[in-house]
Amino acid sequence: MKQSGNILFSGVGGQGILLASELTAYAQLAAGFDVKKSEVHGMAQRGGSVVAHLKYGEKVYSPLIEPGTADIQVAFEELEAARYLPYLHKDSAVVVNTQKILPPAVATGKASYPENILDELRNRGINVVALDAFAVAGEIGELRTANVVMVGAMSNFLSVTPQIFLDVIDRKVKEQFREVNKKAFQAGRDLVNA
Amino acid sequence: MTLKKKETLWLSGNEAIALGAWEAGVQVASGYPGTPSTEIMENLSTYPDVYTEWAPNEKVGLEVAIGASFAGVRALATMKHVGMNVAADPLFTASYTGGRGGLVVLTADDPEMHSSQNEQDNRNYAFAAKLPMLEPSDPAEAKEMLLRAFEMSEEFDTPVLFRITTRIAHVKGVVEKHERVATAAPSIEKMPGKFVMLPALARVRRAEIEKRMIALREHAEIFEVNRVEDGELSRGFITSGTSYNYIKEAFPDAAVIKLGMVWPLPERKIRDFAEKVDELIIVEELDPFLETHIKAMGISCRGKDLIPSQGELNSFIVRKSIDPDSVGPLFEPLELPMRPPNMCAGCPHRGLFYCLSRMKDVFVSGDIGCYTLGFLPPLSAMDSCVCMGASVTIAHGMAKALGKEGEGKVVAVLGDSTFIHSGITGLVNSVYNDSYATVIIADNRTTAMTGHQPNPASGCNIKGEAAHAINFEELCRAVGIKRITVVNPHDIEATRKVLKEEIATTETSVVISQAPCVLLPEEVRRKKPVYFTNTENCTGCTACIRLGCPAISWNPITPEEAARRGYKEKQKGYSMINEVQCNGCGQCAVLCKFDAITLKEGS
Repeated sequence: MKQSGNILFSGVGGQGILLASELTAYAQLAAGFDVKKSEVHGMAQRGGSVVAHLKYGEKVYSPLIEPGTADIQVAFEELEAARYLPYLHKDSAVVVNTQKILPPAVATGKASYPENILDELRNRGINVVALDAFAVAGEIGELRTANVVMVGAMSNFLSVTPQIFLDVIDRKVKEQFREVNKKAFQAGRDLVNA
Repeated sequence: MTLKKKETLWLSGNEAIALGAWEAGVQVASGYPGTPSTEIMENLSTYPDVYTEWAPNEKVGLEVAIGASFAGVRALATMKHVGMNVAADPLFTASYTGGRGGLVVLTADDPEMHSSQNEQDNRNYAFAAKLPMLEPSDPAEAKEMLLRAFEMSEEFDTPVLFRITTRIAHVKGVVEKHERVATAAPSIEKMPGKFVMLPALARVRRAEIEKRMIALREHAEIFEVNRVEDGELSRGFITSGTSYNYIKEAFPDAAVIKLGMVWPLPERKIRDFAEKVDELIIVEELDPFLETHIKAMGISCRGKDLIPSQGELNSFIVRKSIDPDSVGPLFEPLELPMRPPNMCAGCPHRGLFYCLSRMKDVFVSGDIGCYTLGFLPPLSAMDSCVCMGASVTIAHGMAKALGKEGEGKVVAVLGDSTFIHSGITGLVNSVYNDSYATVIIADNRTTAMTGHQPNPASGCNIKGEAAHAINFEELCRAVGIKRITVVNPHDIEATRKVLKEEIATTETSVVISQAPCVLLPEEVRRKKPVYFTNTENCTGCTACIRLGCPAISWNPITPEEAARRGYKEKQKGYSMINEVQCNGCGQCAVLCKFDAITLKEGS
């Protein structure tokens, strides 16, 4: 059982990274770890590339993941899975939502969206788990739970038990959304064999 | 002593500081929003028995806090690093007056400029204003240290500076909750020798400051926030703030002085430590502040010859700077299209800046806010941005320099909150000194960039209670502006016409570009029309693409596909609206001359 670790969350402002990283952090706290999380607000949030650093262990000092030491990356968009490559190492696992959100230069036809971007990661030995979180969330009946589907998939790589995550959802999510979020977590969890 | 189980919370630095302020018995707090400080006041406003407010700017906020201190209660002023420049005037003289109730002035610095126009190191203010400064390393310490700051303020009759950085403010960590201390009863007490800073009295206080600094230096030697951590002596570190965390990870076995009080410095403690270690290295973000003052003590050390003085540090940078061979190779970053921040779909600023982007020979003097994003392509319609309120005055200065040559070519743009912050005095100057530069107030009813804090024009206060809303037209008229036009920036044709006329006039004029931010809760709740693309009508003219709306994308096509779709052979692509993202502002529909963008039926 791993006693410390680093999880990087990346995506585009507004994709629900905050909730995903909060649920993960609360699960690690409930499992008895010290947890620090770092994020950036303000101008950086307006539809730009966003990243949150989560570190857990017996005692965590730095709130920032050191480049080359992210054990897990949860990426909500393909380009944003590849952008933080220097943070990864060859044994990292990247759980990525197969969504493409066009950056401004691509949307305006000034650049093209790179093809087969996830192969760039696979070619370096990184374990890439690609899933269509929106499709899964759609089957559950609530598109907004895509971020929790991602957390469920990622949880396979952690020692924290699924029950702890489900308890966190009970504590932290509003009552009317609890059941659907638990379903989303379980669906994500069942997608991956880590 | 009864042992109670301590309640632990998981809070951001800013949430922890708000809790700390409440526990420390703060009764009055004032500030102006600014990343990364904003959430302190937002959170504190939710606690009972503490008055909180958004001030129009940081100078006002600090003066309010000084007033509360003069009335005998603990008071807090919060600001981002550049806000301290605005508040510097009262700050330097509050150093002379001291107060009655504890007074803490919090500065949130932004190394790396995540959301700022510069990365000044506000530790220099402690030296310049002759004030003590505390600096925590994480949320838990920030909360505990804030109580120490108030105690110190009262014990030494001094405002205390409290410095955090982005990696304290927006880091979440485990924090212990405590009881609130007993609060002081406010009262009026006349203390002219302390509070009336005219020359004869200020000279007396000036001498008191020197005595205070001597006492504070002694206090620094025994103050528990300045901690020596034993370890290997071959290499010793002196550090503070978040840099301490990086040392603990990069060199966990080394001896360290962790300074919680970064001014004044504990000279004896530092000297003793320096004598014990073989090599002394100062690790700090930004300026060589500690290093310079330690070297001035005649102590030899290393610092900025190793550690970068620009941007944030992390454990990797610290390790690599000191032991370059200890870090392995990293994966090289891939070349990817950048994803800079962008105005939201349906943002009213987009319509305004689209019109300005069509006026190529006009110099757009910009300002600080979401609308600064008007600089980015494809709009590329901002030509300067210096500091809060500077749009108006820089435009005026350019107009005076350019004379007749610049007529019809200079315009200032600033937001409602920025106008109130420090644009009004500039406008007074423009009228008084007869400027032809047009001032555009991009009024979206809120302080949007920092997360929608109400301002004096929003109609409510920090708690959401009804408050007077400034009427910009009346205000501008009172200042002496005769030409005032209000325009809806979503109506691009009307906006373009108004801008043309007003920029051309040689009289000082104001255009109020008025439409609410699409992210305001009432706007998010409002059912909005949705536009969609009749792709068969799209000619690929890219008029809509030039808006740079995140809901509109360009789909390139081959000549074969153009033929298959029934387009002209040379058509290179077509536009598509993402209907989920569309906020129904209609700007693109106005620009499309081919009926390719229309309202979705039933919306």
